[in-house]
Amino acid sequence: MSLFQMIIRSPVAITFFLLLILAGCAADNKGLDNSSQSRFSTQPGTLQDFTANIGDRIFFDLNSSSIRLDAQQTLARQAQWLKHYPQYTITIEGHADERGTREYNLALGQRRAVTTRDYLISQGVVPDRMRTISYGKERPVIVCDDISCWSQNRRAVTVIERQ
Amino acid sequence: MKRLIKRFFELLFIICFIMMTVPVYAQVIVNVAGGNFNPVLVAVTDFLSGDDMGPKISSVVAADLERSGLFSPLEKEAFLERITNPDIQPRFNDWQRIGAQGLITGRVTQEMDGRLRVEFRLWDIYGSKQLEGRQFYATQGSWRRVAHIIADAVYQKMTGENGYFDTRIVFVDETGPRNARIKRLAIIDQDGENLHYLSNGEEMILTPRFSPTSQEVTYMAFTDKIPRVYLQQIEGAQRELVGAFPNMTIAPRFSPDGQKIIMSFLQDNGSANIYTMDLRSHTTTRLTSTLAIDTAASYSPNGDRIVFESDRGGRQQIYVMSANGSNQQRISFGDGSYSTPVWSPRGDYIAFTKLSEGQFSIGIMRPDGSGERLLTSGFHNEGPTWAPNGRVIMFFRQNPGQGPKIYTVDVTGRNERQLLTPNDASDPAWSPLLD
Repeated sequence: MSLFQMIIRSPVAITFFLLLILAGCAADNKGLDNSSQSRFSTQPGTLQDFTANIGDRIFFDLNSSSIRLDAQQTLARQAQWLKHYPQYTITIEGHADERGTREYNLALGQRRAVTTRDYLISQGVVPDRMRTISYGKERPVIVCDDISCWSQNRRAVTVIERQ
Repeated sequence: MKRLIKRFFELLFIICFIMMTVPVYAQVIVNVAGGNFNPVLVAVTDFLSGDDMGPKISSVVAADLERSGLFSPLEKEAFLERITNPDIQPRFNDWQRIGAQGLITGRVTQEMDGRLRVEFRLWDIYGSKQLEGRQFYATQGSWRRVAHIIADAVYQKMTGENGYFDTRIVFVDETGPRNARIKRLAIIDQDGENLHYLSNGEEMILTPRFSPTSQEVTYMAFTDKIPRVYLQQIEGAQRELVGAFPNMTIAPRFSPDGQKIIMSFLQDNGSANIYTMDLRSHTTTRLTSTLAIDTAASYSPNGDRIVFESDRGGRQQIYVMSANGSNQQRISFGDGSYSTPVWSPRGDYIAFTKLSEGQFSIGIMRPDGSGERLLTSGFHNEGPTWAPNGRVIMFFRQNPGQGPKIYTVDVTGRNERQLLTPNDASDPAWSPLLD
């Protein structure tokens, strides 16, 4: 399946693709930078492959850490990929939007990272390969003091660690 | 005059007392008091000295008193008497004619050893007598502190309450784009002077809190792969990790005796629970055990109770428990969610952040949850901290499209002021009165 077909088929991928285009201003986006440089020619099994073709992040509803249906599809793809390339370890970063208090958002980010990790475990990813961290509301990916941004910031990002 | 001022404050106290006993009418009474409120007129004369040190000290005294909102320093141009000898009585009539209720005079002399000797007197114009007269010895470099101590003495004499001017604020200095903020630990006098950085910005530091001696701060830092709670000396900048725990630790605060740090552990199952760590024995004690997020714990001033926030009921609400974790009871029941509770140093109120209908407010309620009042509301207000006399609250505010700034407001909701900081600033914590 080509990248183009994937984008057409999956609403998550459409969102993600739009994000790629929009997120040039974001600083907390190592994966995005990598992928945007080479999004039409990714080698399978590379970090670019993971971020561009699999999707490195999922989004959450307000104050929620439940894995949404669209996120389940992303995580299923992530689990497949991670099982196929066992050489990588991962860090799952949990984030919250800015419309909460600092301490709570740190805990909420952790809860999101943990539910993401647990979902990947349920999909067969070995727990030892994963660690979690929360950035609370400290690292928004988009800043605009508007509801459209806040929903993009409620996220868990799977960061592939190089060996 | 003392009688007049005493009567004024008696009135204020009576109003406060009424607010505490009849919460139903509190809102109305605050409005009435707000409408009738007049600050006390004081004349702060230039302290005599051979150089500019005298006027520098007295102008800091005047600025402290003015910022409190309770005092209004008169313009010096209006003064009829020029003080040439602060040891003799002023001409009370001359001060009465310009409306002064209090008069502050002083003198600064340099001792043989280079130290400053600072004398001041506070005069009651209507009572035609001296209310206070003290002298201090200080190094040249600590002249601002002497001024704050004098302002505290005036505040104490004229209001009957302790002052809060000889204090400092630790906070987080913010620079850089909002999606890649540089967050440095900083300390500043309560009047926005003497800024010092306590970290270099390489690591992100959040939620600093003073120890009861004001000599140390505890905070969380994104230092290594596990962001955790640290303890740092303000002088010397040595620091230590508060427990080498396997998970993130957040939201630290000292116990009132300074022996313990209370904080939240982010558990492996996604919950957050409250623990204490004894700083001498290094033993940890778990105080809450829920699958929810329990965080932002703060002790009552005598250390026998703890207030914290939890979303165990669905949304963030405020709970109070005994210091050993028993008897956990929810105290907030209004619309919206409540967070970051902080117990007043007087014990009478708990300050909090409230999110309701998209607005973030700073408010106070009594420890039993009654008497809730919102002091300020807007797009984003967060993280209250109390002045040591429990009369003023500091917090940070972020307006849309802008970075955060630090503000103060008094417990009646009056006298909102910005603490001027060179950069954006958040997470303020007010020190106790310095010794």
